[in-house]
Amino acid sequence: MFPSRFDLVVAQTVGEAVEARADAGEGGRFLAGGQSLIPMMKMRVAFPDTLIDINRIAGLDAIERDNGHLHVGALVRHADVVASGVTFGAIASAAPWVADPLVRNRGTMCGSVAHCDPEGDWNSVLLATGADVVAHGPNGERAIPIADFIDGAFTSTLGEDELVVGLRIPVPSGRSGGAYLKLERKVGDYATVAVAFHLELDDSGAISGAGLALTSVNPINNKVGDAEALLVGQQPSAELFAEAAELAAAAAEPRDDVRGTAAWKRQVVRTYTKRGLAAAAQQAEGS
Amino acid sequence: MEITVTINGSDHASDVEPRTLLVDHIRRTVGLTGTHVGCDTTSCGACTVLMDGKPVKACTVLAAQADGAEVTTVEGLKTADGLHPIQSAFTDDHGLQCGFCTPGMMLVGASLISENPDPSEDDVRWAISGNLCRCTGYMNIVKAIQTAAARVAESSNGS
Repeated sequence: MFPSRFDLVVAQTVGEAVEARADAGEGGRFLAGGQSLIPMMKMRVAFPDTLIDINRIAGLDAIERDNGHLHVGALVRHADVVASGVTFGAIASAAPWVADPLVRNRGTMCGSVAHCDPEGDWNSVLLATGADVVAHGPNGERAIPIADFIDGAFTSTLGEDELVVGLRIPVPSGRSGGAYLKLERKVGDYATVAVAFHLELDDSGAISGAGLALTSVNPINNKVGDAEALLVGQQPSAELFAEAAELAAAAAEPRDDVRGTAAWKRQVVRTYTKRGLAAAAQQAEGS
Repeated sequence: MEITVTINGSDHASDVEPRTLLVDHIRRTVGLTGTHVGCDTTSCGACTVLMDGKPVKACTVLAAQADGAEVTTVEGLKTADGLHPIQSAFTDDHGLQCGFCTPGMMLVGASLISENPDPSEDDVRWAISGNLCRCTGYMNIVKAIQTAAARVAESSNGS
């Protein structure tokens, strides 16, 4: 298989890339790791007439902490996130479970986020931790909160002439913990069910911040706001987490498919939520 | 478009269509058919090559993206002294049955050993988790990679 014909623009700077994208209009797409886009093009599900390759742009490959944020550049591969010593909580937990080792060597975190695959892992993680997507367009940069960035399945609110140049993820200043629990049939498969967790604790040990989001059991990555609201202000306990698990299970809208029945997937959400919150709390208490 | 890819140490300059996939470029333009096409959908890893030292699925990389890169295919594993330790270990430990996944398995194994000289069974299984063996001959693939690691460690200690 091979893609339909396209023109390739190899951009050397962000400015060049954005200009080429604006010129290309509706038929243009950016190419970073290509681990989702190239298979889609080979299957002729996607058939852009212009690809703008951003892989040669210098300075987009850094993952670093600065001013209370974790910054992830557009060319940071999943494998770089796995290997990085500056990640935390749910991000560190999720990275090894994205795709498979070879795809992780090539695919980028920002590319996954921008792709908005409703069964993608990273958008749930970022909904749990909070994050801004940094977009560069003809008028400069703007930061888009992740919840506003995700517009639907394979759809974001990114402008046609905007490039995702990075992610800005707040690093908790106090005690915090996180986890990403993913059930998959085999390495590289989409999640059957996955849940992202993020907890922050105040000096008294009470939960001061909570994030919880579901993958693969809703039409898009689903941030469970009522479970988060329930957790905040409470002391961590098995009873509290069981209550949150009921809210998460109720928020899931799984369907029967080859990966399992809806009822079973809902039960996995319930079990994972109890386990994941306990793991996040334990990590936070030890931090 | 004009590209130059260094494959197994030799520069190959060619004029390719942008949509040419790296695996097709290696097999058809350069003529190295050790890199296989299996699923062609980024799942099986039969098309694995090392690109700037890291294993990637060559069915999911454009040849144009490899312009200026160093690519190693299975043909590039052999050394002036003969087979690469991973190749002799696959031979000795019967690390292959039909042989279709073998180039990818050996490249992933060679890459793993270069980063982790003493991989555990878990390390090996994790490393090859993006490569499928339809003969299900994983036991001996894992064993062969560990044998190769031990031999490399032994020879570097001895020298």
